[in-house]
Amino acid sequence: MVNNDGVKVRLRGFMVKDRNHLCDVGISHRVNIIDKGTVDIPMLQILRPDGSVHDNADMPDISKATAQKIFQTMHYIRVLDERMVGAQRQGRISFYLACSGEEASTVGSAAALSEHDMIMSQYREQGTLAYRGYRTEQFMNQMFSNKLDPNKGRQMPIHYGDKALNFMTISSPLGTQIPQAAGYAYGQKMAGNDALTICYFGEGAASEGDFHAGLNMASVLSCPVIFFCRNNGYAISTPASEQFSGDGIASRGLGYGIKTIRVDGNDVLAVYLATQKAREIALAEHCPVLIEAMTYRLAAHSTSDDPTGYRSKEEEQKWREKDPVQRFENWMKSKNWLDEAQHKDFIEKTRQEVLAAMKKAEQVDICDIDDLVNDVYDTPPWHLQVQLSQLKQHISQYPDAYPKTSGRIRHD
Amino acid sequence: MTKMNMLQAINSALITAMTDDEKVMVFGEDVGHFGGVFRATSNLQQKFGKARCFNTPLTEQGIIGFANGLASHGSVPVAEIQFGDYIFPAFDQIVNETAKFRYRSGGQFTCGTLTIRTPYGGGIAGGLYHSQSPEAFFAHIPGMKVVIPRNPYQAKGLLLASIRDDNPVLFMEPKRLYRASVGEVPEEDYELPLGKAEVVKEGDHITLLAWGAQIEVIEKAAAMAEKDGISCEIIDLRSILPWDAETVCASVKKTGRLLVNHEAPQTGGFASEISATVQERCFLYLESPITRVCGLDTPYPLAHEKEYMPDHLKTYEAIKRCVNF
Repeated sequence: MVNNDGVKVRLRGFMVKDRNHLCDVGISHRVNIIDKGTVDIPMLQILRPDGSVHDNADMPDISKATAQKIFQTMHYIRVLDERMVGAQRQGRISFYLACSGEEASTVGSAAALSEHDMIMSQYREQGTLAYRGYRTEQFMNQMFSNKLDPNKGRQMPIHYGDKALNFMTISSPLGTQIPQAAGYAYGQKMAGNDALTICYFGEGAASEGDFHAGLNMASVLSCPVIFFCRNNGYAISTPASEQFSGDGIASRGLGYGIKTIRVDGNDVLAVYLATQKAREIALAEHCPVLIEAMTYRLAAHSTSDDPTGYRSKEEEQKWREKDPVQRFENWMKSKNWLDEAQHKDFIEKTRQEVLAAMKKAEQVDICDIDDLVNDVYDTPPWHLQVQLSQLKQHISQYPDAYPKTSGRIRHD
Repeated sequence: MTKMNMLQAINSALITAMTDDEKVMVFGEDVGHFGGVFRATSNLQQKFGKARCFNTPLTEQGIIGFANGLASHGSVPVAEIQFGDYIFPAFDQIVNETAKFRYRSGGQFTCGTLTIRTPYGGGIAGGLYHSQSPEAFFAHIPGMKVVIPRNPYQAKGLLLASIRDDNPVLFMEPKRLYRASVGEVPEEDYELPLGKAEVVKEGDHITLLAWGAQIEVIEKAAAMAEKDGISCEIIDLRSILPWDAETVCASVKKTGRLLVNHEAPQTGGFASEISATVQERCFLYLESPITRVCGLDTPYPLAHEKEYMPDHLKTYEAIKRCVNF
């Protein structure tokens, strides 16, 4: 689209066809106001809510092993969410954020990626991370901010990050990862990597300036990135109807010249197929692709939120009937790919594993006090060294007030 | 050595860095074929291709967001914000992302390779929005380095060091010196240290501290004071964050007096931080209160630019007040 070489303007300002902002523009002699919603963006759905396959639906080429891994990961996350919400209620961790209802979007998309693809998530993508291979003990070490957390206990629970799994560390500010994903993908393209970046965000975050900046940058600079919007209906308490009045998020992709697909976010096969296709296009054509997954946040926004104040039981019930996990289970059964006894065993083992890992992680120390000033810079500059040394002296003076670190102070 | 103005020195640094490391990429508004509104990126696209030197859409938050992602991938982005006055849409990306990337991930990911270049400062009849000196905002962000050169030689050496430093650096260029400041600059590769102030001239009675374009101003004031028999020590701070308290305090212990000059408004300016640290460390050596000669606490004016500026005359008067305290 963008042609930096050239704006060729002929004499007397007569513009030739290659002037970008005027090409392909037709002329009308009548006042044509374009109404909103005139572009129909359908939603790809392969499975009906009962798990049966639509007639003539495009089917992804999916192996039994992949389907089983997706299915197990969805259940793993249900167990993890349930246990961790409980742990927060017991006061064992300060905060948690469940993803019930959105398992198909996050797990189905993860399954369509290569392990070399970078994942930049918002914060409700534990399904994506679990599919990549994040283990229970790793989830726990992060949530208990202990010294085994690779982030060194510096961030609130659920701000995971794992370089080995190509999962970028989560940041609380909304939408900041969107232009970053464009930049990361540009780096992948320049380095000749056979990989792209997938960037997750919600429909609320898509109101941030960074969304618009990021999509435009990615489009203009031809970055191989998949922008994956989880349109789950709510940004904390604000319904999508009070977030935007256009046709969802998909319509914005068209405005930025980005290939776009809308998908049923509760249909894991549709998400899987859409993401596979998006990946193919992004890598082959060096361009971004926008996916809008229409889903519903059955969970509260976080453990600090109570949805009964802003939405009805009836509405929630309507969406429970479209539950992505049940829908996929029905399909798995129809394929004879589900061993129910084995599955029951998996759920029970997962519950025990989560409880055991939690008990273990909460016993592990937090990082040494020196890590308070490490990683601000590549090495602590003089002023951080002075501040650390003063702090250590102070802690030594009042060891009882700082019990987590006072026993392990090294005065260098 | 070649005679260069500051823009040529910056251009030379960018060419050196891009030749040395193919991961270095330069981008921003109008930096491509056009070479930037000040021409600091002239010929880079022609030399290194469109993939490594390119225009971006007009979105500062997009530029820095993109740069953060690119840096975290391991590339070496040199992002230009066309005027320091327009850096604020990118403030969130800088404060919450660039600066915290390494810390929040426990060192797994970093934006250490990022350098943000931006022209700053007044004296060019730029009014409110082409004149500001926002260094103090960025001095309040753990994780960032802030560097400001005073002449072409410093500009090239400090910019090369900034690009290669494994920490994100905000490199602020005093735009009124872009063409006005001319000096001998080596054509070859060299670096000057970050976080180190430089004693530009030794003296006995008072330490004058500034950075960027204000070094010329305090030099002029010092020349006037010398005629009155006042010997001034002149220090260029060069790095605002982390700043070289050791060199400054050693000088103050010797002279017993400190004057800090900056263009930015006085209240909350970086002179405040310097004053607090120096009085903590040098209290018993001080012979007079630490003096600040700064911009007024107003938006940067247009018609009253001359009156607003902390010029050599205001500095000269402050030197005398300080010495005669």
